[in-house]
Order: sequence, then C-alpha cells, then structure tokens
Amino acid sequence: MITGQATQLKGRYDVVVAGGGPAGLAAALGAREQGAQRILVVDREREAGGILWQCIHAGFGLHHFKEELTGPEYAQRYLEQVLEKEIDVLTDTFVADIDRDRRLKLMTGREGIRVIEANAVVLAMGARERTRGAVRIPGTRPAGVMTAGFAQKVVNLHGYLPGRRAVILGSGDIGLIMARRLTLEGIEVAGVFEIMPHANGLSRNIVQCLHDFDIPLYLSHTVAEIHGRERVEKVTVAPVDAQMRPIPGKAWDIDCDTLLLSIGLIPENELSRQLGVRLDPVTNGPIVSSGMETTMDGVFAGGNVVHIHDLVDFVSQESLLAGRNAGLYVTGNRPPTDNIRLSPGENVAYCVPHTISSERPHTIYLRVRRPMEKCSIRFGTVLEKKLSYVFPAEMVTLTVQPKFLENFHGDALSVDVVAR
Amino acid sequence: MNYDVTIIGGGVIGCAIARELARYRLGVILLEKECEVGFGTSKSNSGIIHAGHHSATDTLKGRLEWAGNQKWDSLCAALGFGFERIGELTVAFTPEERATLERLLTSGRAKGVSGLEIWEPARLRREEPNLSHDIIAALHAPTAGVVNPYEACFTLIESARANGVHVAVDYRVEVLSRGEDGWTVKGTGPDVASRFVVNAAGIFADKVAAMAGVGTFRIHPRKGEEYLLDKRLRGFVKRIIFPLPTATSKGILVIPTFDGTLMVGPTAHETEDRSDITTTLPGSDEVFESVRRVVPGISERDCIAEFAGLRAAAEGEDFIIGPTAAKGFINVAGIQSPGLTAAPAIAEMVAEILADEGMDMVARDDFVPAVPPHVRFATLPLDEQVRLAGDDPRYGRIVCRCEHISERETVDAIHRGAHTLDGIKFRTRAGMGRCQGGFCSWRCMELLARERGVPITEITKRGGGSWVIRRREDGEKP
Ligand SMILES: Cc1cc2nc3c(=O)[nH]c(=O)nc-3n(C[C@H](O)[C@H](O)[C@H](O)COP(=O)(O)OP(=O)(O)OC[C@H]3O[C@@H](n4cnc5c(N)ncnc54)[C@H](O)[C@@H]3O)c2cc1C
Repeated sequence: MITGQATQLKGRYDVVVAGGGPAGLAAALGAREQGAQRILVVDREREAGGILWQCIHAGFGLHHFKEELTGPEYAQRYLEQVLEKEIDVLTDTFVADIDRDRRLKLMTGREGIRVIEANAVVLAMGARERTRGAVRIPGTRPAGVMTAGFAQKVVNLHGYLPGRRAVILGSGDIGLIMARRLTLEGIEVAGVFEIMPHANGLSRNIVQCLHDFDIPLYLSHTVAEIHGRERVEKVTVAPVDAQMRPIPGKAWDIDCDTLLLSIGLIPENELSRQLGVRLDPVTNGPIVSSGMETTMDGVFAGGNVVHIHDLVDFVSQESLLAGRNAGLYVTGNRPPTDNIRLSPGENVAYCVPHTISSERPHTIYLRVRRPMEKCSIRFGTVLEKKLSYVFPAEMVTLTVQPKFLENFHGDALSVDVVAR
Repeated sequence: MNYDVTIIGGGVIGCAIARELARYRLGVILLEKECEVGFGTSKSNSGIIHAGHHSATDTLKGRLEWAGNQKWDSLCAALGFGFERIGELTVAFTPEERATLERLLTSGRAKGVSGLEIWEPARLRREEPNLSHDIIAALHAPTAGVVNPYEACFTLIESARANGVHVAVDYRVEVLSRGEDGWTVKGTGPDVASRFVVNAAGIFADKVAAMAGVGTFRIHPRKGEEYLLDKRLRGFVKRIIFPLPTATSKGILVIPTFDGTLMVGPTAHETEDRSDITTTLPGSDEVFESVRRVVPGISERDCIAEFAGLRAAAEGEDFIIGPTAAKGFINVAGIQSPGLTAAPAIAEMVAEILADEGMDMVARDDFVPAVPPHVRFATLPLDEQVRLAGDDPRYGRIVCRCEHISERETVDAIHRGAHTLDGIKFRTRAGMGRCQGGFCSWRCMELLARERGVPITEITKRGGGSWVIRRREDGEKP
C-alpha cells in the first residue's frame, strides 16, 4: 500500500483539500493539472483513500478506468498519481476548523495543533451514515445495532464478525453489499427491510447481493421494535401504512443478534457550516456553481459532501472539476461567473451544480423524487432528453452543451422530469 | 474484610453517600451490580438541578430538593463535572395558568428560593425568541441548573476512592444476613461483612429491603422517555422550559443540557417490568407533540438519540430515608425525581442517621475534596491547545470527530475508570454526537483493548453480554 506523506508541514498552501477520500484525491490532481503549486490533502484516517479501503468488492471504475476494480485498487490508482505529482498528503490529521480567511486549524497525531493558510480550499469531507436516532426505532438500546458501514469495517478491514444472525434495515447500497458479505462470511441474513415502496440501492446490487443469495427484500416494511437488554435478541418487523407507520396486526418477530442500518448517508458539512457556506436543504450539501465553488470565495467542494453519489466514478469526476477550478482560482485564471440558475421543478429533488454558464459545456447531476417510466428531462424549453426510466436511487447524469443555450436569455431554467 | 458501612447501589445516591462518608474515619465499601457506577437511573434522567420551588415543603423530597440544590456549586468546584445554573422558565398559556405561576412564586419565596420573577411577554420574546407566541407569561427561576449526571457519579466515586472507599462493580447483592455484630452481604463477589448496610438500590430498593427482612414498601417504576436533538439547535432555547401540567400531559420539558445540545422529555408512564427501558412510538409522539406547543421550531427530524429511565417511585410518592426495624439497615429508597438534585443533601442526612444510630463519626484530617481536573480539550483556547498538544501529541489525535475528543482524553477516561464503550461515552462525550459512535466506536475499542491489555473482542458496550464483535470460531465457515 502506498500513501503520500507530507514530510514537512508548510505554513501556507495554494490549495488545501479537506478529506483524502476519492473526492479529495481527485480534487488535488485537478488543482495540480491547472498549475497550483503547493497542494496539501488532509485526512483524519491513518491512510488516505477514504471509504474505498473497506469496499473490497468489485464494481468501481467502470466509467472512469473502463475496467472493474475493487475499492482498494481504485484508491491505489489515485494515490499513485497523487504521489507522482508530488502532492502532500497528511493523514492522522483532523481539520477542526476553517475560518473566513481560509486559515485551517489542524489536529494532528504527530505534530499537535497547527494552523495553516490556504489560497483556496476544497471541501471533500464525504458523508456519514444515518443512525438509529435519526429514524427513532422504538425498543431497547442493546449492543448489536450498528451501521452497515461499521460492520463493513469490522469484517473487511479488521477480520472480525459483527454477530451470528442479522437483519438489515434499509436497502441502501452499503446494506446490500453487506448482506452478501455477511452471507459469504457465514452469518445468516434473515432479510432486508425497506420502508419505501422501492429499493434504495442500485438495481445491480439488488440482483447480485440479494437475489443471487436468496436473501428476501421486504418493501414497505420496517423494524418496529428492537428487543434485548445487553445484546440484540430479536426485532419486530412489520409492513407500514400510507403514513409509514408499522401496522401492528401484521407484525412478526425475527430472532437475531445484529441489526444493520443502511438508512442513508448525510453529507458531512460541519466544517462548511462553521465556515458559513450556504447549504441546499435538499442535498444537505453546499450550493455550488458550475465550477464547484461554494457561496464563499475560494472555497470549492466535490463528492459526497455536496450530494450523495451512487458511484465513485462520478465523485472523482465532480471533484476533479472542483480541484481544477481551485487551481484556476489560485493561478488567477478563474472563468467568468455563471449566468443561469437551475431550479428543480416537476419530479426533480435537486440538481448539482446549482448554476451554469451559457458559455461552457456542463455535466448536470440530478435525482428524481419518484420512479417514472418513458419520461423526458426538460431544461425549460431549450432542451429535452428522453429517458426510458428514472428511479430515485439512481442519479441521473447528463451534459448540456452551450449551443442549446445560445438563444436563451433568461437567468433561470426550470428542470423537470415529465411523462412522455 | 470487615467494614463499618456497606452501600448497596452505585447510582448518584450511593456515590454521593460514599463520598460523604469518605470524610470520616470509616471503612466503607460500595457494591454495584452493573459494570460501572451510574449505569442505572442516574445516567438516564433529565439532568436538572431543580430550582427548589416546585415541590411542597411538607414532604421529605420537597425539603431535600432545595437543600440539595444549594450544595451543587461547591461540589462542582471540587469535582469539576459539567454543571451550570442556566435558570428555568415555567410558562403559562391562559389566565388560569398565570394564576398558578403567581401561587408558585409565593410558595417558592416562602421557601427561600431566591430570584423568582414573573416575565411578561416583551421580556420573554427578548430572552427566548423561539418560545411560542401564545405564551402569556413565565416564571423565571435562576436557581435551576443542569448537570451531566453520569459525570457527577463518576467523579463522586473517584473522589470517594481516592479517600479510601472501596468499590466493587459487577457485584449483585443477593443475600443479607444479620449476625452478632453486623451484617454479612453475599452476592456475585466475595462476602462482605459490615456493621451497617445502606440500601441505595434505586428501583430494586424494595427487593434489597426484603433481603434484610424489612420489605415494608414497594417500588413501582415509572418510565420516562427522553429524546436528544442535534447540536445544530444549540442555543435555540437558553433555559429549561417547563409547561404547567395539562389534562393530557404531565409536562414535557425542553432542556438545554450542559453540553449545549437540547433534550426533550420525559414522559411518565407506570411499568411493571423493572428492566423496561424501551422507547416507544407513542412516547415519542407525546414528547414531540407537547414540545411543539411550547417551542414550535422543534421537530422529530432533529432527533439524534433517545433513551428511557425508570423513576423509583414508592407508595406515597415520597422519599423513604431512615433506619428500619432491622438494626443497622438504613433505607435510602423511593428516590424518584428530584433525587439527583437532592443527592448531596441526602448524603449528609445519611451521615447524620449513622451518627444517631451509634456510628462513631470522626472526621479525617487528610480528606482531599478535589479530584484532578478533567481536560475538555475542545473547549480550551487555541494557544492552550497548542501548548498541551505540543507536550503530548495524543491531544492532537482525534477519536470522536463530532465532539472533537482526543486520544489523550479517551485514555485518561480509561485510566480513571471507564471499562466499556458507554463508560468512555459518558466520561468524554465520544459517541454522543450526531454520528452516534459510527466513527469513534472502533477507535475507542482499540484504545480500551490497548490500555486494559485485553483482546478487542472482550470490549463491551456496557458490560455483561453486550459484546460488540466476535472472532470466527474454530471450524466455522468459511
Ligand atoms: C426520566 C427521568 C428524569 C429525571 N429527571 C430528573 C431531574 O431532572 N432532576 C432530578 O433531580 N432528578 C431526576 N430524576 C430522578 C433521578 O434520576 C433519580 O432520583 C436518581 O438518579 C436516583 O438515583 P439512585 O442512586 O437512587 O438510583 P440508581 O441510579 O438507579 O442507582 C441504583 C443502583 O443500585 C444498583 N443495584 C440495584 N440492586 C442492586 C443489588 N442487588 N446489588 C448491587 N447493586 C444493585 C443498580 O444497578 C443502580 O446502579 C429523573 C428520573 C427519570 C427516570
């Protein structure tokens, strides 16, 4: 395993990247590509690479590298480039604070507390998993209730087992991947329970992780109660009514000692909030321009900290753009500001970026609120693209070329997904 | 070994008594069935040091509430747990409720509770802009405070130990027998002999009294559910907010905890089951619906964690403190709310009872009231942080990213008594923040294993069978 190490921490950098996961590494490379000189990536873990180290399954890089890699392989490729480009990486270091003058307070296991300055900052702190409190599952509070990501770390990074018989709440991708992993490790998975009427993970994961292993998926079901004083002993599961409340008469108990939660990810924006960057209440991430710049001058953001992605390839792509723009910013080549605001309309939960320019091509990411078949995406009246289906669990990605905006003179475009 | 006093139960009451008795030349042992002290009701409550004016003076609990309230400043100065007098507001929505506030004001003043004052809407809007605008008046009581109750237990016992008190955890008392010159205590550890036994067993106090042959009362547990909110709401209200009881609710409070996060609760429902610390959907609905009436900006979407605790209510609803028909067996039972508030006063009362019962109470001249200060690294000024982390880089290594707790603070907590993940959590706050241990659990487990020299598979959440991870067994697939 190769990771870069900052030999000597400098007092000032051109670009400091907060977070050394796939987003941060791509952003650092983007900044270097555009001529930024002193670049530092800071990560609180012992190795950079983020969540990828514990994702030992394949399925990464199909878009970006055009081959199927495991998480660690994907991380390794980026880390090698980062080293080659002589980008400093400081691990075991926590960015505790960033102020408006772009001074960063670092807590480091090696050097104690340090304050450094940056000409530009890229926020790449990723996301954290939602926990039990966020969904208020009634019952006791025993050991054995854990997020799917924690179980993944225990099994894949440390070689221990989280229990003997598990139930999984939520059909997020990490939960699906862990359903398969636990089964392979000899732990019985009694079922995956999803409160929504549709699954929350990628279709390929439903097939490869559940169907192929005969693990049942119960849609419109939830865990209604947790039992057990010291360790989980059983859970009560039940179908839910239209208000998403468990229907008591139809509940049943499942013996298990482990309850994995895969109930969603939340962008980790504590630093952004302290800094005063404006956040989008839907994504819970910063509002960004087409150059991935936040509402604060010289502060950029990319990856899951902005909005939750399904695939690391898009995290890398988006963050590369954030890094490039940070590079352009510090070398004084910042492009003209955007002139069109995108506003989510019919069946669109959000779009990223929040603004675009009529001068440049853009990749737009969006999520729909509900599944739809035979539909199209409309950008006002300037562009319409047909889609065979859309699904909340699958991010929609599309490019908008400047030629479509030639005759558009407004300052806002409504983005709608409508039936054909 | 032969002791003068055995204290059964290491809740805030047992811990406060242990520390009080540590002032005297006595051999004292405290026995606690859980793996750490404070893991019963004393960590699962609202953490309020009640202002003193709510309960009537003709009850023991009414008297001890105000007496206890006044002792928390000096206790905090010596032990350094989280405590602050943030004040409370009891709010009125109707003219009838306003009249009740006037009555509370008069009776509180008669008791000697200082600073009571009725606030009119203009003042209220200015001081607490997020309260419902339907509130027409509020009674302000500056003597109310909030405390981290588990920290109070941990530091009380640390101080007691430092002054010679013995403590046995994982010790469940099962049999009490009275002999010639005192009691023999049997349970899940070596036998203990002592002249006196103090029963501070919380919701099991009636069972322990029965073991001594004086089962004259019954504890009927009353459950309270509480919900903790994201720290984004820090400062949303600055004081503890009490509604007046209504026909539908006994009064759900909004509590700015010492650490700045808001907590809402508790419910109050009788339960037969003494192990029932479940939270429920109806409980959660009740809490959030009541709270919305008082602070409309709070919703269940802000919830990050929940818990429930059991009030050890006795028939008659008052505290039962005093000697019994069984010589040398002293009850400190029925300690429901405001038991936490009253704890320091109860401890002094128990010392007086022991003296009355013939115990020779000679003050020690080498009693050390203070424990070494706890470093709360995240709250220190930058230059101080730089200095500390320069001396020990473990202050720079993050363990809990939500609450910014360092490795050094975690290691200190372990050396000061934390045996479990909850033990670390309640000493340092690591795991109490919005990610609820998702990030720090593994780091805490590694540190516990390293510092205690045990395999990581032996680390538990809160002792007993609360294991977290396991090793693959021999022959187990794959
Ligand atoms: C929801 C709720 C909110 C509250 N809010 C407040 C508040 O805001 N302010 C306030 O002043 N009070 C409050 N209270 C009341 C307060 O929490 C209690 O009065 C106080 O914690 C009681 O302490 P204790 O030591 O008696 O009980 P506990 O903390 O329960 O301690 C008893 C101990 O005895 C041990 N034990 C039992 N049996 C045995 C045995 N056989 N052998 C060995 N050990 C044994 C138990 O394990 C336990 O640790 C609240 C209570 C609840 C439930």
